[in-house]
Amino acid sequence: MKILIPTPLRQYADKQAAIDINGATVGEALGNLTSRYGDLRKHLYTDDGKLRAFVNVYVNDEDIRYLSKEQTPVKQGDTIAIVPSIAGGVFVDCVIE
Amino acid sequence: MAVDNKITLNNDEVLRYSRHLIMPEVGMEGQLKLKAAKVLTIGAGGLGSPLAMYLAAAGVGTIGVVDFDVVDFTNLQRQIIHGTSDVGRKKLDSAAETLKEINPFVDVRKFELRLSSDNALELFREFDIVVDGTDNFPTRYLVNDACVLTGKPNVYGSIFRFEGQASVLATPQGPCYRCWYPEPPPPGLVPSCAEGGVLGILPGLVGVIQATETVKLILGKGDPLIGRVLLVDALGMKFRELKLRKDPNCPVCGPNRTITRLIDYQQFCGIRGEEAPVTTTVPEMTVEELKRRLDAKEDLFVLDVREPHEYQICNLNGYLLPLGDLPKRVHELDSSREIVAHCRSGVRSAKAVDFLRQAGFKKVKNLAGGILAWADKIDPKMPKY
Repeated sequence: MKILIPTPLRQYADKQAAIDINGATVGEALGNLTSRYGDLRKHLYTDDGKLRAFVNVYVNDEDIRYLSKEQTPVKQGDTIAIVPSIAGGVFVDCVIE
Repeated sequence: MAVDNKITLNNDEVLRYSRHLIMPEVGMEGQLKLKAAKVLTIGAGGLGSPLAMYLAAAGVGTIGVVDFDVVDFTNLQRQIIHGTSDVGRKKLDSAAETLKEINPFVDVRKFELRLSSDNALELFREFDIVVDGTDNFPTRYLVNDACVLTGKPNVYGSIFRFEGQASVLATPQGPCYRCWYPEPPPPGLVPSCAEGGVLGILPGLVGVIQATETVKLILGKGDPLIGRVLLVDALGMKFRELKLRKDPNCPVCGPNRTITRLIDYQQFCGIRGEEAPVTTTVPEMTVEELKRRLDAKEDLFVLDVREPHEYQICNLNGYLLPLGDLPKRVHELDSSREIVAHCRSGVRSAKAVDFLRQAGFKKVKNLAGGILAWADKIDPKMPKY
């Protein structure tokens, strides 16, 4: 299935906007995604492995928090969307890591 | 909202709004609702510009504008409420003038202030709807909480580069911003500046979506984006819709709310006071010294850690090695040579110098103020960006 990568995170996923990934659940699919693109991991997950609170994940149009969170099953044809909070296009001249 | 029976349209207004009046979805009744409405727009910038202009054109009777900033050349690429001759003026004055020119029947109320926990509640109470066109997380959460606490809908729009989001939050039955994003991103995970910038037309697209939603709320017509988020991808010209649910455990709009007053939003977002510039901890070279040494043909290696598209705007003939690539390309640099690293304003290059020193480079300095300082002090013909 497809995982849609939001603009702020594309730099960590080889600049791609959508990536084909397999997985039986959202958690598995995201795990496969972050295995392939290691830099994405810290932007999606805290050090203790929890999805960051300012990043929401949707299967098709439904927030996984209202489904079965990372246990939400996914199948071919589903779209997983990663949607972080955004607040502007300010040109801030500093790399904050 | 109830219409004051004393509100009427004069003949000039009837002519002005004729294209609304002949439409059953608006009609005289709807136009009077627009005239009676009081909308507060936070920010007269990228989002605020188009949305305030369209609200004025539509005949919203009272438009409040909150902004404390001054018009800058770099704003003109997207903040169309301001023009070239407005550079240097207060955004509020420039915006109010434009709105009155579009529609002199609008009562434009200016609020030259930084929205804060001290002034938000009192301000919001004077209006019916709040439209959020701000550009930072602390204000987003402040506006949201103040809208929930005062019972005013928050017509939300936000953008980043070429993507946008729009929704109508903080309605009694609908979700609020905290239902959607309970916590802000820590400042440490904000994308890098080289990835910043914004497609000028994008806030135009999203701002007018916000204006549309505002008008729909006033008219009570159509399906507003309550419980829904519209995601806009301008490059792909794709629009996606996501469901947004009201969180039963939301601390500010849920039945067991714990937040009943406005908080310190800077602290909530992890920003404590001014961020200390990184430049103070690495060895520096001034642009004057660089100029002197280059003119004297000294053996100095100029390292440019900006992005390729920035190099095309202006450069010092430096060796281009973007900061993000430094770890894997550091072997291209000769640590026996004296290196001066620069970026646009000196912040990214300070990080580069820090990295190189930790990698064992002993003769590396940061160009204080970056290429902007060079354009200021050494070569005024160099473009600034």
